[in-house]
Amino acid sequence: MARQDALYILTANDLLEGDVVFWSGAGWARDHRAAQIARNADETTALDAIGAAEKAARRIIDPYRVEVTLGADGTPVPVRFRERLRTLGPTVRLDLGKQAALRANSLL
Amino acid sequence: MYRYDEFDHQFVQDRVSQFRTQVERHLGGQLTEEEFRPLRLMNGLYLQLHAYMLRVAIPYGTLSARQMRTLADIAETYDRGYGHFTTRQNIQYNWLRLRDVPDILQELADVEMHAIQTSGNCIRNITADPFSGVAADEVEDPRPTAELLRQWSSLHPEFSFLPRKFKIAVTGCRDDRAAIAVHDIGIRVVRNEAGEIGYEVWVGGGQGRTPMIAKKIRAFLPKKALLAYLEAMMRVYNLYGRRDNKYKARIKILVHEVGIEEYARRVEEEFAALDASAIAADAEEIVRIEAYFEPPAYDRLPARAAALENAKKNDPAFANWVSINVGAHKAPGYAIATVSLKPIGGVPGDATTDQMRLLADIAERFSLDELRVTIEQNIVLPQVRQDDLYAVWKLLAAVDLATANAGLITDIISCPGLDYCSLATARSIPVAQAISRRFADAERQRLIGPLAIKISGCINACGHHHVGHIGILGLEKGGEESYQITLGGDPTENAAIGERLGPGLTADQTVDTIERLVAVYLAKRKPGETFVAAYRRLGHDHFKEALNAAA
Repeated sequence: MARQDALYILTANDLLEGDVVFWSGAGWARDHRAAQIARNADETTALDAIGAAEKAARRIIDPYRVEVTLGADGTPVPVRFRERLRTLGPTVRLDLGKQAALRANSLL
Repeated sequence: MYRYDEFDHQFVQDRVSQFRTQVERHLGGQLTEEEFRPLRLMNGLYLQLHAYMLRVAIPYGTLSARQMRTLADIAETYDRGYGHFTTRQNIQYNWLRLRDVPDILQELADVEMHAIQTSGNCIRNITADPFSGVAADEVEDPRPTAELLRQWSSLHPEFSFLPRKFKIAVTGCRDDRAAIAVHDIGIRVVRNEAGEIGYEVWVGGGQGRTPMIAKKIRAFLPKKALLAYLEAMMRVYNLYGRRDNKYKARIKILVHEVGIEEYARRVEEEFAALDASAIAADAEEIVRIEAYFEPPAYDRLPARAAALENAKKNDPAFANWVSINVGAHKAPGYAIATVSLKPIGGVPGDATTDQMRLLADIAERFSLDELRVTIEQNIVLPQVRQDDLYAVWKLLAAVDLATANAGLITDIISCPGLDYCSLATARSIPVAQAISRRFADAERQRLIGPLAIKISGCINACGHHHVGHIGILGLEKGGEESYQITLGGDPTENAAIGERLGPGLTADQTVDTIERLVAVYLAKRKPGETFVAAYRRLGHDHFKEALNAAA
C-alpha cells in the first residue's frame, strides 16, 4: 500500500440545494465530522473516483479533496482556513451556515 | 421612468423559460455539469463558498419601489432575509437553491429584471452615475446612452465570446461618481465649444491584478457616432485581445501592450471602414429611449425649504445627516439623499428584507418612485423634496438606515471576501467592521472628512482597493490572512492607482495602522485639505512612519 502523510476528506456542494456536503462513505453528509477520511493513497484515489462518479450522477457539483488533521475527538479538521470556514459558515453571520445548527445544539 | 420595451420583455420572459428547461434537462441527465455550467453563469448563477449565489442586474442602478419590493420578497421567500448590494450596482443573494432559481428569475422578469450579462465574457451590465438625471452639474442624463449601449450589446453575436468580461461605465458630469477611468470603456457626456453634446471616450482602465487608468481615445465623439465607434473599439479588441492567458485578456492589456496611439489608429481605421449610419440607432428609437428617462414633473418650489432649515435647527442629528448625506439636486427645492448601507460595525452593502421594503415605501411616498444603487454599495433616494427630508430621515432611522457617513471613513466598500466568496484569499468584511467600530465616533469622522477606504479579499479587486484613498488587499500568506495597504488611490476625475505602503499586516495591525495614517494626515494637513489631497502634496514617504510603528 502506497504511503502518504496527509489525510483527506471529500467535499462538494449538493446539486439542488447548494449546501456544502462531505462524503461519509455511504452518501453525502452535511456535517464534516461525519466525513470518511482517506488515510493512504488507495483510499485517496477511491475518494477522487467517488467525486467524479457522484458528479456524473448529478447529485453534487464541484467535488474536491480537502486536507485535514484529526481533532482531539478524532474528527477531521481542515488544514486551510478557507476550508475550515466552509465547514462552519460566514464568520460575520454566526446565525447562518452550518455553525447555526451547531450553536443551537451547543456543539460549537 | 425607465422600463423595458416589448422586445426586452419578451426576450427576458423567453430566457426564463429556457433556463427552466435547462435546469430540468440537467437534472434529467441530458445536460452534463460541464454543459450546464455556462448556461447557469449566463443567468447570473454562481457557486460560491457555501451555496449558490445569484447576481441580479440593476441597470444603471435604477430601481422602482415595485422592483425593490420584489428584491425583498425574493430575499424573504428564497434566501435568508437579506441581500448584498455590490460595487457594480447589482444585488447578490447568497443562499439560494438551484430548484428555486427558475421561479426567482420569473419573479424578477415580472418586474422587468433579470440576471443576464452579470457573468461571462460579454459586455456586462452597464453602470452609471447614481445621481444621473438629478445632479445639479450634469450636462445630460447619461442613462439613455447607457440604455442604448445595453440594447446594442445584449446578445450581440459578435461580442458574446470576447477574450474576457467587458465593463462600460457612463457619466454625465465632471464629478465622476461612476469611476469611468477604471473601466474597459468609460464614457462621459460632454458639451463642446460649439455647444453640441457628445462623448469623451476613455479606454483600457481596470482594476484586478493589473490595475490601470484608462486613456482618453476621443475628446469629443459626436452622439450619432457612438455605436459605430464602440463597435470599432470592440472589434479591434476582439481581434487583437489576447486569448492565450486569461489574466492578460482584458482590453487594458491590449492598450498597454500596443500603446494608446496604435490602438486608436486601429480603431479609427476600423471606424472609417464601417458604415456608421447603418450601425447608428434610428432617431425615433433614441427619442423613445429618452422618453423612458424623461425627468418627472417637479413641483415649483423655492430653492431652500423653510421646513428643512427649521428641522435642522431643532434637531442637530438630522442637521448632521443632511450636511453629510444630502446633495444638490438640479430642481429647486429638491435634494438627493444617500442612504448609507454602512451602519457602524455592519456588513457593507447588506440590506434586510425589512430595510428593502421600507426603502421601497419611502421611494414611493417621497422620491417619485425612484431608488438608485451606488458603486459605493449605498442606496440613493434621488428625488426628495427638501421639506420631506426630515420625515424621510426619521423613517430611515427606525431601521438603522440613517447613518451619517456618506464619503467618510466608515463608508467602507468591501467585497464579500472569504466569508462568502470562493475566489477570496482572505476575509474583508470583518476588517471593514473593525475599522468602522474604531472610527465610530461621529464627531471624529466629521473632523477627518472625506476618506474612502476600500477592501478586497483577493487580487480580483471587487472591493476597488486600488482606487481607495486607503486601499486594503487581503491575501493568504503561510495559511494566514494578510493585508496589504495602498495609499492615494482615487476613482474619480482625478483617477489614480494606490501605491503600496509596505509588507502585509494582520487584521489587527491593519486597523491600528489606519489609525496612525489618519493621525499623520491630521497632524500635517492644511486647513480644508482632504486626506487624498494631503497625500498628493506630502508624498508617499510621509506616511511610511505609520507602518513602521506597526512592525
